[in-house]
Amino acid sequence: MLYREAGQFRTTYQADQQLFPIRQDRIAVLLLLAFAFAVVPLFASEYLFRAILIPFLILALTAIGLNLLVGYCGQISLGTGAFMAVGAYAAYNFAIRVPSLNLLLVFVLAGLVATVVGVLFGTPSLRIKGFYLAVATLAAQFFIDWLFARVGWFTNYTPSGSVTAPQLNLFGWTIDSPTEKYWLVLAIVCLIALAAKNLTRSAIGRAWMATRDMDVAAEIIGIRPIYAKLSAFAVSSFFIGIGGALWAFVHLGSWEPLAFDINRSFNLLFMIIIGGLGSILGAFLGAAFITILPLFLNQLPAWLGINVSTATISHMEFMIFGALIVFFLIVEPLGLARLWTIGKEKLRLWPFPH
Amino acid sequence: MQTRTIGEVILDIRDVSLAFGGVKALTEVSFDVREHEIRAIIGPNGAGKSSMLNVINGVYHPQRGTIAFHGVQRTQMRPHEAARQGIARTFQNIALFKGMSVLDNIMTGRNLKMSSNIFAQALYVGPALKEELRHRHKVEEIIDFLEIQSIRKTPVGRLPYGLQKRVELGRALAAEPNLLLLDEPMAGMNMEEKQDMSRFILDVNDQFGTTIVLIEHDMGVVMDLSDRVVVLDYGKKIGDGTPDEVRANQAVIDAYLGVKH
Repeated sequence: MLYREAGQFRTTYQADQQLFPIRQDRIAVLLLLAFAFAVVPLFASEYLFRAILIPFLILALTAIGLNLLVGYCGQISLGTGAFMAVGAYAAYNFAIRVPSLNLLLVFVLAGLVATVVGVLFGTPSLRIKGFYLAVATLAAQFFIDWLFARVGWFTNYTPSGSVTAPQLNLFGWTIDSPTEKYWLVLAIVCLIALAAKNLTRSAIGRAWMATRDMDVAAEIIGIRPIYAKLSAFAVSSFFIGIGGALWAFVHLGSWEPLAFDINRSFNLLFMIIIGGLGSILGAFLGAAFITILPLFLNQLPAWLGINVSTATISHMEFMIFGALIVFFLIVEPLGLARLWTIGKEKLRLWPFPH
Repeated sequence: MQTRTIGEVILDIRDVSLAFGGVKALTEVSFDVREHEIRAIIGPNGAGKSSMLNVINGVYHPQRGTIAFHGVQRTQMRPHEAARQGIARTFQNIALFKGMSVLDNIMTGRNLKMSSNIFAQALYVGPALKEELRHRHKVEEIIDFLEIQSIRKTPVGRLPYGLQKRVELGRALAAEPNLLLLDEPMAGMNMEEKQDMSRFILDVNDQFGTTIVLIEHDMGVVMDLSDRVVVLDYGKKIGDGTPDEVRANQAVIDAYLGVKH
């Protein structure tokens, strides 16, 4: 009964085009933001920050980047891990070679380097699509894995191949406690999610979706395919690059190329497929599903007081997780975000659906 | 009663030949289209009608012959360049963007008129927002014109066939074209839908002064709507003139009804 839009008249196009046209949605989002920024740090433990919240936020950010490319523009990419690695190593090299650089600038530059690499590996999309493009982007994954493992310059000639991020310092504020790291990541994620949402409801987002849905028709109504596809690769790689830099600097601290291997690419692809292709909310839901559910399944027997060996738990975890993925894809192939939309549409009429 | 006056030649097609390997889709076809007129292209299946439209908006590049639009002769041209010059079209099989709403589909038709840069779009304030609203205003005029206000937020995949055709016309109109190519706008429609679509075509032509080239199989519609008709058969032009002239043309009758051997 609370979720009603009766009496809310939108009398200008501006009011109709706003991000959350329904008042209850606006209030809910503001409450959620206030909760995330102010309330969560009051009670969250260090474990919750380090193992759940920070990785979830960073992967959600990266999934947003990937979703712009795959979900909105329809260009399948299996090189996400590679573009994250480019962001991470670019950030590392900027930070150690030019120590005076502001941390935010380091992240932006890392994103820009990933953009250049992303556009470069995105050029095959002008000629090929679908599975063939996926295989072409796979080349990026293998090449970049090899590059960072073999070319010493990128890792500053560290003998072990493992590098450590410098201390995080922003305008004289040293970011080392989990709460501070959480705030930093949360702020960046909010900004990027907003920018991504804005892009998808502007001319460029429509050009991407048009290219995804019917590329011939898109070209005939005046959308240049080169511009639409490469801009999707560029923006997507920029966000993924920042995601990679955050993953390395804030979450891992020290890492080796293996942190960004093909598993990471698949992991992110699963997130957006389960969360919902072509949805910003879907990136968050998918990231939550994939990062939090395994931990939850792991803890479940202990909470229920069932005594099983750790080995059994980890096997069960994989099995239940896999079964849930199959279940969700059968029930709603368009992902969790679609379930959410359907739920909201139902709620508007509840409890009198006629 | 139409008040428009037929103007100068805006599209001049001379001796256009198009072949795919050994298959000759078009052989030395010449015709012209005058400003503000409704020009129909008819012919039996496989006559090369859709190929002709594809040549006009740059999807296919003819091996021989010339095309002049607004007096400017063109050589190779990509479809998006044709769109920028003011050529819009609809498709025989609906080619809407299925994942998008009616409003977004028609807004996409105005993309080529939008110029704010990617950073402004990411912020969605100031000039980018103003531009978006200005175009929304124009799109709403088209939505009113086509009487599809009630479905503006509906994903196009959910709409019935006739409405999808209408949305596709809206998307083409959003670019404010001077030349509108309609590939079988009434295929698969019932009588009422055909009447609606005919009315919209005449209104577009009359109110916006848009020149229209249309392919249609329903002879009644063609003869009623068009000012002049081109008849193609096996890639060759076999007739050209007013509906009455074409109806009386022996070659056209033979092509449609067959000849005694």
